[in-house]
This record gives sequence, C-alpha cells and structure tokens, in this order.
Amino acid sequence: MNTTKEKFIAEPERYEFSALPIHQFELQRRDFFKILGAGIAVFLVAKDALAAQETAPGSRSFHNEEPPKEITSWLHVGEDGTVTGFTGKAEMGQNIRTSISQTLADELRVPFEDVRLVMADTSLTPFDAGTFGSRTTPTMTPQFRRVAEAARNLLVGVAAKEWGVAPEGLIAADAKVTDPVSKRSLTYAELARGKTLAQNLPAEDPITPATEWKIAGKPLPKVDGRAFVTGSHNYTSDIRLKGMLYGKVLRPPSFGATLVSCDDSAAKAMSGVVVVRDGDFVGVAAPSAHEAQKALDAIRTQWKEVPQVSSKEIFSYVKNNAEPTSNERFRRQKGSVEEGLASAAERLDAIYNVAYIAHAPLEPRAAVAQFAEGKLTVWTGTQRPFANRDELASVFHMPESNVRVITPDTGAAYGGKHTSDAAVEAARLARAAGKPVKVVWTREEEFTWAYFRPAGVIEVNSGITEDGKLTAWEFHNYHSGSSGIETPYDVANQLTQYHQVPLVLRSGSYRGLAATANHFARETHMDALARLAKLDPLEFRLKNASDARLRAVLEAVTKSFAWPRKKTQVGQGFGLACGSEKGSYVAACAEVAVDRASGGVRVVHVVEAFECGAIVNPDGLRNQVVGAIIQGLGGALFEAMEFENGRIKNPHFATYRVPRFRDVPEIEAILLDRKDIPSAGAGETPIMAIAPAVGNALFDATGVRLNNLPLVPNGLRAV
Amino acid sequence: MAKVMEIEVNGRRCAVSYPPDTPLLYVLRDELGLTGTKYGCGEGQCGACTVLLGGAPRRSCQIPVSAAARKPITTIEGLEKEGKLHPVQQAFLDAGAFQCAYCTSGMVMSIVGLLQTNPNPKLEDIVQFLQGNVCRCGTHPRIIAAVQHAAKMIEEGAR
Repeated sequence: MNTTKEKFIAEPERYEFSALPIHQFELQRRDFFKILGAGIAVFLVAKDALAAQETAPGSRSFHNEEPPKEITSWLHVGEDGTVTGFTGKAEMGQNIRTSISQTLADELRVPFEDVRLVMADTSLTPFDAGTFGSRTTPTMTPQFRRVAEAARNLLVGVAAKEWGVAPEGLIAADAKVTDPVSKRSLTYAELARGKTLAQNLPAEDPITPATEWKIAGKPLPKVDGRAFVTGSHNYTSDIRLKGMLYGKVLRPPSFGATLVSCDDSAAKAMSGVVVVRDGDFVGVAAPSAHEAQKALDAIRTQWKEVPQVSSKEIFSYVKNNAEPTSNERFRRQKGSVEEGLASAAERLDAIYNVAYIAHAPLEPRAAVAQFAEGKLTVWTGTQRPFANRDELASVFHMPESNVRVITPDTGAAYGGKHTSDAAVEAARLARAAGKPVKVVWTREEEFTWAYFRPAGVIEVNSGITEDGKLTAWEFHNYHSGSSGIETPYDVANQLTQYHQVPLVLRSGSYRGLAATANHFARETHMDALARLAKLDPLEFRLKNASDARLRAVLEAVTKSFAWPRKKTQVGQGFGLACGSEKGSYVAACAEVAVDRASGGVRVVHVVEAFECGAIVNPDGLRNQVVGAIIQGLGGALFEAMEFENGRIKNPHFATYRVPRFRDVPEIEAILLDRKDIPSAGAGETPIMAIAPAVGNALFDATGVRLNNLPLVPNGLRAV
Repeated sequence: MAKVMEIEVNGRRCAVSYPPDTPLLYVLRDELGLTGTKYGCGEGQCGACTVLLGGAPRRSCQIPVSAAARKPITTIEGLEKEGKLHPVQQAFLDAGAFQCAYCTSGMVMSIVGLLQTNPNPKLEDIVQFLQGNVCRCGTHPRIIAAVQHAAKMIEEGAR
C-alpha cells in the first residue's frame, strides 16, 4: 500500500466526471423489513435503469420480491408512524438533514417531527456518488417528493381497502387518512401496522408545486440542534470503541519525498504500541494519543527529497507548463474573437492570478476503523462514503459487500473531504493491530497533506464598442479549472478555454472550485471595462446582460445597497459583481474602507442577492449564503498557501489566516424566492461574487487595480 | 511517566492516570469520554476546545492536566441543569447559530465565560472576546446575535 503517493492525482473538476455508476443495493426486501420492522416502503429507481430492466429479457417486474439495484432514495413508514428517509448524501453543516426532512414531511403530510433521515451509510442507504457540486437539493428534493407521494398513496389505498370505499375521495393530512363522508380516520401508524408493502417507482419531477408547500419553504430550525449545543452529537473524531487504539501516521518531510531508511525498533519496543511499515507508509497505533505520538517521535527515518516548485514562482510555472495541445472538451467558441477585437473601439487585456488555498474545516480528517468477522467498518467524515468504501475494498482486496462506511454528520468539508486518506490509514493500522483504530489528523497535517484549491492564471482579452457593448471576449484559465468559466454576458465573439497543467500541489474540489477564480477574473475585468467605457459598473453590466435572472439579482442587490453611492469618507470605495453557476444566480455589493497611512483594509458592508429557484428552507439558506460571504472574504483578502522546497510554510491557524469575528462586515443577504423555478443547490454560488465585489471596491477607493487573489494579504501600501 | 491525579469535572471528582504534561483536552475526551470538547488545532488558535477552568474560559489543548487538577472544570456537558439548557445554549438554538456546529461547544463555553465577567457586553467586547474562536462556516453574525440574546435571557432570569 502507498497511502500518499498514489493519491496525488488530478481532480480538476471532480463533479464534472461524476457519471453515476450502477451499484449493488445490498438489502433484500425481507432484510430491510427485518431491520426496520413492518410497514410501508417506497423505493425510487433511476429512470434509465428501470427502463433497461423492463425491456431486458427476464427482467424483474415492477412489484417484484427484490428492490431493483439502481435505487436512488427510499422511504419507510413504520408501525409506530415513524417516517424514515434513506439517502447516501452526507450532512456537513449545509443543513440538508433538515431541508430533506421538510420535503418528506411536506409531501407525506406528516408533522416535521415525525421524520428522521438515515444518511451516508453504505450498508443502509442507496448508492450516492457524493455530496458535492450543489447537487443535493436539485436531485434529492424531487426524488423524496416522489417517494413520499407514492407512500401517501399506498397509505390511502390501505385505508380505502379497510373501509371498502374508493381511494379518490380520501384525504391524507397530519399523518392520518380521513374519509370526509363518514368522518372516519386512521393514523399512518395504524395503517402501516402488520403490513410489509413495498413499491418501486421511477424518478420523475416533483408533484406538489412550491406554491402549495406547507412544511418545505419554511425557516425550520436545524434537526438535532440540541445535540450540537450540548456537545452530545458524535462526530467521527468523537467515536470511541471498546479496546480502540489511537493511530498516527509518519509524514514525509516534504512533498514527493521517498523513504530511504527507517529504524522503528525503539517504537516497537514500547508497550502496547503497534508499528506498521508498508512501502512508504509508516504508522503507529497505541492505547492513547500521547503514547502514539511518543512512538511516532521515536522512529528514525531518512528520506530522499526531490526539487519542488515554490509558491513564489507558481504563476509563471503554471503559465509555462500548460499542456500544449488544446483539449476540445474544455474549449467553447462562438463567432470570431479576432474579428470582434478588430472591430472594437477599445481593447482591454489583463492577467489574473489566484493562489492555492486550504479548506480548513474545523473538524480535521478523521476515521475509526474496525475489522470484525472478516468485515471492515469505517466511520469517517467524508463527502463520498461510497467512493471511500470502494477504495477501502480495493486497497484491502475485499469485496465491497464486506466493507461498510458510515459518515456521521461531519464538522464541515467545503469540498475538502472527497478522498479516503484517514479511512485507509485507520483501516491499515486496525488490520495490523487486530483492534479498532482511530486516526484524527492534526491541524498541521490537515494544512499540509490534504488537498488544496488549485492555483491558477487567467488571461482575458476583450473589446467593447464606443457605447460600451462587448464585441469580443477571450478567456483562458490555466490550471484552476473550468467551473463557471463561461460568461453570462451577451458577446457575439467569444472563446473560453480551460488549460490543464500538471499538478504542483495535491489539488481537488473546493466550494465553488474554479468558479470563484473565474468570477473574480471576469467581474474584475468587467469593472475595468466599465471604467474604460466611462459607464457606471451596474449600467455597463445591464447593457451587456439579457439573462433575466442575472438582471434580477443585480437589480435587487443594487436597490438595497442604494447603488451608485456617493463617497462620504476618505478611503471609502464601493464595488459590484455578479454571476451564475449551477442553476443559481448571485450579485454582491461591497463597501470597503482603506486607511491610506497604514494600508489597512476593512470590508465594512456587504449586500448579496441570491436566487436558487424555490427556497426549501430560508433559514438554512440564509446561513449558507452569509457563511459563503464570510468564507469568501478569506480567499478574497488574505488566504494563500505558502510553500517552498515541498514544505507548507504556513500550516497553522496562526499563520494561515482565516476570517475571524473582526473581519466580518455588516452583511445583508437578500433571498429571491422563485417558486416557479425548481430548487437549485446553494452551497457554492453565493461564494463567487464576493472577491470581485471587494476588489472592485478597493479600486474605487484607491484607483489601484488588484488582479491577484488574495487581494491584500499584507494590506494595501499607502497609495 | 503516567501519574495518578484527581481532577474535578462538572462537579464530579475523577482520578486519571496520565503524564502530567498531557493537555487536559485529551484527558477529557479520551479518558472521561467528554467528547463535546473538540480538537480543532491543538495550538490554542481556534477555541474549539474551550472549557471553564475555575470559571474562566481556557483552551484545554494548552493546559497540562496537572495544572487543571487544582481548579473545578466545566465542559459543555456540564452546562445543562435538570434538563434545562444554559441560556447560552438556548440562545444558540434560538438564533440557529451553527452550521456544521463543530465550533459550537467552544463558542458556547467562551461566551458563558464572557457573560460571567461582562453580563452586558457591547458589540466590540464580543468581537474582541471571540477573536480567538474560529467558525469556518461563517456563522459569526448569528453567534453575535446569540450572545446578545443570551445576555438578555440571563438578565431577565436574574430579575
């Protein structure tokens, strides 16, 4: 096994490659009724899979004994009336446990409190590719509406049969079915009692329009909130099993270093300590964390290091090492950029640079692994429990059916917990120790051995007419990715291209991923073009944007911010930015204050308008939007990984600055509820407009155009 | 070498056997099972491990267990009294002042400490006091609202 080297793989846009594989659903119908008790169950089956089954020779019929293998979500109504939904998605603070429960309660017509969700457990929940790409709300909400509607109809059918009446006239509400003629009613619990009814149905669009939602659409508080304020919720890192050991992994001194020699005799001599050496992997497990650390410290190693690119030279490296052949998959062209530029009254070309940043979730990567009776169970905070299971199965040469991954509600991820590092490490140590092992990464490990949001260089060439219409737009992103790369503005002549570059640091997904970098470059550039056209930045954008939803967020945010504002103080500046990604729209206005003497920069006020279709939970959404603004301020202003000779130079909260209370401006979030548009996800897009809005405000305050993220890691020198 | 010590946690005296320089955090979590106190950085930079030591908020990752043996310790598990949440806990629930909630224990303990010495903190006091607590999800405005709400509840309860 090689835990570090083999996973240095490129993941430029992970969710772009997330075609759903067909996976085995482990539970047989009789098994899940055994586990959950009798009642009523409904399974949602991927549409294509169902069609294939129905046409295939010898295929299983619709009401067969076994659920099909391509189930995407399912629901159980128990004999006590408890409603349990099952989904492979994971809760990491984005509040989907609450919003999905609301949807279920809404469609099934039961009180919110009666619903519980089993999430992200590879033995209990349907396969899921992962919780990323703002996909939970747009996929899970309609799916659970379908299963809940079908379950409701089954319950109505049972009541109709019981009373010998037609189901059409019966009413389902408040967890019971009522006959309005005879005034009889039966609770769902009574109807489910003694039954083992199951139904499969194909995935289709939601049933109840958002205008008729009663529980969904409401600002309900976080499910299990009490467990979090009392400290009783068990995150992965809180799990303790009988006889469990604490594991630590020896890290190389620098990226790419290989082990030359290793003397672990002193560690092995320690009582209760297990040492594992397997290729370049060296790890220990001990009865306590401090004994594990002591054992790790006692291991003497020699490493062969290799030259590495440093953060000082990263942008020229990225630009000079782009793959020479253009990948058509990442190229979009319309009209002729050459002609557009030739016909332009004014031209503006610029280069933008974006640094590597870290996710820094407050709960570091963690896993608890246990081998028992030939089976491996791993609890780990991951966005991809099924991918973790597959990787564990592959690493330990076990059938997937013997590996179970359970993801407790997790202390955040932001795109940073796709991989199975801690899971594999804990399992490797557990196998050697013959006891359960817990591995919790240190903050330094988290800042060093996790993966990063990739750095990038973006080149923009553009032209406008005399009256400020875009004539040409050429946009090249080197390395950071293709999310949100296409302009939402109307340009007849455009070329956008993402250029892959061999990895420098281990890189992967991130909240919004490259859409943040691409929006920064595009919206900074649009601001500069507006100045060139001598137009107000809002006017310039509206002149070039016909997308009604984009215009709506721009109009909402500028109205509330009272754009354009007159400066009342020295050092004051106002900025605007907008964008669209993953089916949702965002626009932000920022006010900054620059102290010209000290170079100190403060973001004073941010107003952001966000629209993601029909809102499922406005309270949870507001939390996500405000959270994205604050997190976005970190990457906008000061977050950057510094590295040299293969070493991260700022792997601590003391040296890697994240936004703290003092950095938080006055924030207003405007949520536009479009009940006529299906709900889109909201985890990512709200982060995208903040960096350009702040950068544009800094230009407004100082006349200095900042084209690099972070904008002001060391403040602005007096200008 | 491990040494047997007695510490008082949430009103109960517990004998623990640890090297005296072991941070209190690990003794609470691994030995006593009080996992509400979180590891966030182990460097005193994030506040996730905050407990009350002799009534004052302290980073338990920076306190050797031997130094904790002389004063009563309160963790997040010790705030709830007879099924009733502490006003700060209630205020977090009422304000929805969490997302992933991993920072919540440390925030709550810090704020309990703040309100004990400053029952009516101004906004600037709150910002200053919580500067060492990281919330990576960006829930800061709601946490501030929760502090103000808790201060009000405590004041009204005291009347």
